[in-house]
Parts: sequence; structure tokens; C-alpha cells
Amino acid sequence: MSKRIEINDLNVYYSNFLAVEGVSLTIEPRTVTAFIGPSGCGKSTLLRTINRMHEVIPGARVEGEVLIDGQDLYGPGIDPVVVRRQVGMVFQRPNPFPTMSIRDNVIAGVKLNNRKMSKSDADNLVEQSLQGANLWNEVKDRLDKPGSGLSGGQQQRLCIARAIAVSPDVLLMDEPCSALDPISTLAIEDLIGELKNEFTIVIVTHNMQQASRVSDRTAFFNISGTGEPGKLIEFDDTTTIFENPHVQSTEDYISGRFG
Amino acid sequence: MFSTSALVAGVAILVVLAAVAIFLVAESLPAFLANPADISSDGSGFWGLVGPLVFGTIWAAALALLISLPLSIGIALFISHIAPRKLAQGLGYIIDLLAAVPSVVFGLWGITVLAPAVQPFFVWLVDNLGWIPFFAGPVSGTGRTVLTVAIVLAVMILPIITAIAREVFLQTPRLHEEAALALGATRWEMIQMAVLPFGRPGLISATMLGLGRALGETMAVAMVLSPSVIISFALLQSQNPTTIAANIALNFPEASGIGVNVLIGTGLLLFIITLIVNSIARVAINRRKAFSGAN
Repeated sequence: MSKRIEINDLNVYYSNFLAVEGVSLTIEPRTVTAFIGPSGCGKSTLLRTINRMHEVIPGARVEGEVLIDGQDLYGPGIDPVVVRRQVGMVFQRPNPFPTMSIRDNVIAGVKLNNRKMSKSDADNLVEQSLQGANLWNEVKDRLDKPGSGLSGGQQQRLCIARAIAVSPDVLLMDEPCSALDPISTLAIEDLIGELKNEFTIVIVTHNMQQASRVSDRTAFFNISGTGEPGKLIEFDDTTTIFENPHVQSTEDYISGRFG
Repeated sequence: MFSTSALVAGVAILVVLAAVAIFLVAESLPAFLANPADISSDGSGFWGLVGPLVFGTIWAAALALLISLPLSIGIALFISHIAPRKLAQGLGYIIDLLAAVPSVVFGLWGITVLAPAVQPFFVWLVDNLGWIPFFAGPVSGTGRTVLTVAIVLAVMILPIITAIAREVFLQTPRLHEEAALALGATRWEMIQMAVLPFGRPGLISATMLGLGRALGETMAVAMVLSPSVIISFALLQSQNPTTIAANIALNFPEASGIGVNVLIGTGLLLFIITLIVNSIARVAINRRKAFSGAN
């Protein structure tokens, strides 16, 4: 499943601090969209509003709309728990559950919805998800070993397997490669290219080469100073952003003149 | 200089431990070797006297743990993950304060407040649930039973277990909590997936510390219970098994001759029981080390 995300005039606050102001953009299904920009520009915050994970921080709230296939995630009666089951997330640092085996990590999310899964169904799902995350061949002989025994890159792919095992509509990635070496990064980037056939993917990255390699569309965010809200500066096809940006500050950023 | 003083400190603890162990063994040997008739009038000997004490010690401590552990985990989770910060802080101070109350005070409270207060409830239990062997009658008229003792002990060990459990729960990496939440876990499911498994080794340590205190607790038990040397699972009757520590405290002043050796022998047994409890805890923690989150 893959769904369209529409963000309409979104403001994000942490208590009284306006972190992100007036963002509107539309993300098409089966595409990879990269959020780039300097630190503190609110791109991670914006990403987290797409599955309401920003609410983990006390005092966080939004104004505006985030629609997934027309349904407002912030509408009355919408439970953030339900939202997060549809919108999966991969974090900056790999975070498999250390107390669970590789197998249990993969089905951790599914078990929340469906506690009584037959063993064969679970086995199939584990294999399918690990195949989907390009990890199956490396771990198929040690599924009952702890997930924390894997390398960083493998752990991150395990987290991706865990996220896709619940068949979400959207996959959010918050700098998924920033803690990984170049080889592992390449493996994840290849994986992102395959995953976009099934999922709508939004990725935050500080690595501009990565954005240009993996994404179809790129959104550039910026802040005018400390304490100022982050704003969406330009949102276009990735090739346009990197080769022929319309806004001067975008060009300055991608050409390395600041940020 | 530093390494020498560290070495001295390390050796000192071994020397003290060895001195205590040698004292216990040497002084209790006569009790093990003595003629059974010299120890008790009915001729049952050392083990006939000590068996009920060992039972009473473990029984009272286990009951206390059974009451205290779920409460402690609940309070610790409330403080660490549910309560608003201000309330959590206040609650934390109160729990720490509870840990500072001397056991004599708990004993007094057990006799004068708790026992009379729970006695009507005991009567109700015997009347309505008397068919369960634990609640068999006749009910104690004073309320000073092994269950009352267990409640007092539970209140005493509650702060220790709660304080450690709270610290352990607070150390759950935010990453793991967010991983669970991002999968669509509710707060309770997040606690089950990330917080409790991560805190498991610490929770076992906390439990063992609490159990250790309950096993060795003297004053509260000695004050609340009118002891008899029996093995009985009934919780509400007037005849109750007492514990090793309480028995030593009550009988040592009048003991003489072989009686002193017998009491020291029971002390040796208490030492061994505590040692076994700690070893079990260590095994339980090590068994799943790879899954502990420490790597």
C-alpha cells in the first residue's frame, strides 16, 4: 500500500516556540521525497508530524492539516497510535529492541495488532520482511540471536524490516544513514530504491549527495536565524533543485556556500 | 598510593567476610554435633528446632515480596513514565522517606495500628474464604499473624525495590521507547516492549535486595509476632512460625551453653539462605546476558 501525503499550511509548536511555520506540500505515492536543510530548520520536526511522533515531547502541538489519502491525521477522534501503525518510521540511530531476538524484532509491531499469529504465518512474515530489507541472507541462520549483535548497518536494515513488516502506507526515515559507514549507507540507499515500489517514502538527510541519489523530489528548508521558525523554501523535482534551483538560498545551500 | 589503598580496602572486605564465616561455623559446630536430647526436651535435635525457623523465615519473606513487588513496579512505572514531573518528584521523595523509617518504628506501627486494623478483615477472610487452606480458621483475635508481619515487611522493602526499579526504568534508552511508539504501541505496550524487558536485570537485583532485607529483618517480626516453633501455611491463626532473626533476638539474652551454639547455628543458616538467594539472582541475570541491552 502506498498513499499520498498532503500537508496544508502546517505550523508546529513546542509549547510557545514556533518551530515550523506555514509548510504546504504534497507527496505523491510511490516516490521518495528528501527533506534537506541546515540543522535546526525543522525538517525532522516536520517529518515527525507525519506520524505524530513529535507528540512524544511534552508541549508539542500543530496547527493546520496533514492528510493521508484525504484523511486528516489530526482530525477529532484520531488516535496517534492508529496513525503510527499506518506510518512507519526509521530513526537516526539503529534501535532494534536489545531484549528481543532478530525474529521477535521483526514481528514486534505485528504482534501489537495480532497477538495470536500462527507460527507459519509469523515465519513467512519474518522471511518476507527480512528479504524486503535485504537482510535475509545475512541473518537467516541466527534468527533467534539478539538483534543487538548485528553490525550497525544490519541493525538499521533490521529496523527497516520491522517497520515494513506491519505493511504501513508511508515510511519515514530520519537520517537513517548518519550513523553508518559508506558501505552500509550504500546498502540502505539501494534498499530505499526498491522500497519505493511499495511505499511512499520521506527521508530527512544531511547528505546532499544522498538526497540527489535516492530521491525523486526534494524539499529545502531553512531558518532565518536562531529562534526563528523553519520554513519550506523550495520544493521541486530533485534534478531541478540540484541543477537549476529557483531560489538563491537553495542554490547557496546545495553548492556549499553556507549551512 | 591509590592502588595500595584500593588493594587494602579490597582485602579488608575479604578478611571481614572470612572472619564472620569462621565465627559462624566454629561457634555452631557444637550445635550440629551435640546430643539431640541436650538441645530440645522432645529430642528432635537441631533440625527439629531449626526446620520451622527456616520455613518461617522464607515464608514471611516470600509473602512480603509477593505483596511488595507488584506494588513497587506499579509505583516505579507511575513515577518514571506516567505521572507529571512535579507529582513524580514529590512521590519519589516520599518513597525515599519511607526507606529512612527505622524498623522499630515499623514494628510499633504493626502492633498498635496495623494489627487491630486488619483483624476484622481477617475475620471476614476466614468466614468467607476459609475453605482455602491459607485462610483456614480459627482466626487470631489480635490480628498479630504472619500475614500482618508480611504486610509490615512489604512496607519496609517497598521503598528499596521502588527506588531501584524507578532508576532502572528511567534509564530505558529513549531510542527504544520511540521505536515501540513508532510501531504504534500504546503507552502500556511501550512499557511492555521496551521498559520492562530492558529493566529486567535491575528488577531482579532490586527484588533480591528487598528479599535480603525481608529475610534478615529482626525487630518488626520479633515485635509483632508471638512466636511458636511450627510449620504452618495458615496465614490468619494465632499460632505462627517465626523467623531466624527474630528468634535469635528474642532468645539470645536468656540462652546459655549449647543454646548459644544453636542460635549461632541458625544464624549460619540465614547466612547460607541469603547467599543462595543472591546466587540465584546472579544466575537469572547472566542467563540472558546477550539480550540484556548492555551490548
